[in-house]
Amino acid sequence: MTAAQGARLALAVFVIAILQVSAFSSISVAGAGPDVLLVTLVAIALLRGAVTGAVTGFVAGLIVDVTTLGTLGMTSLLLTLAGFWAGRYGETTGRSRAHAPLVAMVAATLFVEIGGYTLDSLLGSSAPFGTMLLALPAALAWSALLCYPALALMRRLVGTTERTDRAREVELLV
Amino acid sequence: MKPAAGRANRRWTPVQSSAVPRHRTARTAVLGVSVRRPVTGKQTSRSTSAVRRRVVVGVLVLLALVLITFSFRHPDTGPIATAESAAATVLRPFTVAGERVAQPFRDAYAWADSLLTARSDAKRLREENALLRQQVIQNQFAVNENDKLKALLAFRDGPHFPADYTGLAAAVIARPLGDYAQDVVVAVGSADGVTPDAPVVTADGFLGRVTRVYARSARVTLLTDTQLAVSALDVKTGAMGIVKHGRASASTLIFDRVPKKLQVSVGDTIVTAGWRSSTLASLYPRGIPIGRVTSVGQADTDLWKQVQVQPFADLDRVDAVLVLVRKSGQP
Repeated sequence: MTAAQGARLALAVFVIAILQVSAFSSISVAGAGPDVLLVTLVAIALLRGAVTGAVTGFVAGLIVDVTTLGTLGMTSLLLTLAGFWAGRYGETTGRSRAHAPLVAMVAATLFVEIGGYTLDSLLGSSAPFGTMLLALPAALAWSALLCYPALALMRRLVGTTERTDRAREVELLV
Repeated sequence: MKPAAGRANRRWTPVQSSAVPRHRTARTAVLGVSVRRPVTGKQTSRSTSAVRRRVVVGVLVLLALVLITFSFRHPDTGPIATAESAAATVLRPFTVAGERVAQPFRDAYAWADSLLTARSDAKRLREENALLRQQVIQNQFAVNENDKLKALLAFRDGPHFPADYTGLAAAVIARPLGDYAQDVVVAVGSADGVTPDAPVVTADGFLGRVTRVYARSARVTLLTDTQLAVSALDVKTGAMGIVKHGRASASTLIFDRVPKKLQVSVGDTIVTAGWRSSTLASLYPRGIPIGRVTSVGQADTDLWKQVQVQPFADLDRVDAVLVLVRKSGQP
């Protein structure tokens, strides 16, 4: 990743994290709003790999936790794991598959929603399970809707990574 | 003869057990040898990348867990809370700017949404206005009579809303992720006089209370959160209970712990009770409107009435709030 791409990535994540907590989170259709930050994170992870996905998720989560005065590290943990998984999926199973972004977005949304609810419950401040469950279809629909636009935007902003973990030698056994 | 000889030959062919073992792996079976090439000491770029990847994610997860532990155990004190407070102060202008950018779009949506129900809203409000006008006249008589009786009895009472409170108007600048989260962050903090547990209202009614305060921002937990409950009473009948989150949906409330012998009817107004004992007092002043009763149920096996309340404040769409701060000199 070049310095310019890194700067663009950092700026994009910061702006989207701020807009997520101050603007997008007030939108609610059928019980759920667009999680633009998560969609962006998954797009970045798919384009730039697992390490970039994990680091971006951690930083984005930290911004969210600080701005919402929540328990520090909670969103970071969820987004780190989501970014890492999406990056690994993009590097391995999902590469060169047209439906990979959609699968990654849906899986990451499921993970963050259910993981967030579980963490909240463990820390003793949980909403009714039914509320989370009812909001889930709308949250998945939002993620699916934003999937390809976010991917196209992020590809333009931060580009794609060159695969460095590809096998460069073949071991012949004789 | 030939086939028999062939069978005999196959039967007696010695098996090279050292070259192809009985429990051979697929790799040995295909390639025919079990000899592996010695592993070179130099790591390939692929394995280095895998190690790096695991180290990075391991460190980040560990760091997140440490942050959660410290932040959860010491939410208001200690170095983590100090750092969070400083970071929140630094990021506040950005969240305020984001909120201001989004506000025109929210207003446009609300305007378009209100057009759809404008006619029915106007009719309902006209009817409500006529009813309220009659009630105001009756209430004025009651207030005058009440004042005279209190003066005669030298009656001591707790703080009243809104007379004994100052409302600090604040914009909502952030909302947590998660569609079930019932908190908002407002743009006033301890520097403006906000204290923990301060009641928060909107123009429509009770909203929640302040649960975390920093210098220039504060976190407000809404009444629909599972952790929040408020003692309340039915204005019409005086039935007392506790208003807390409803199980049916995130935006409905239940008026719980109301004994079955007390009267509560659909349409009754529920307000904060504002009780006071010799040593303790409610966090909320008496008389803040909470909501209107939408259904009343009563089962033989239940100890209490089952009362659902629709909050006056739109808890799903909060843009601005009033944080109530006690006027100086009040007990």
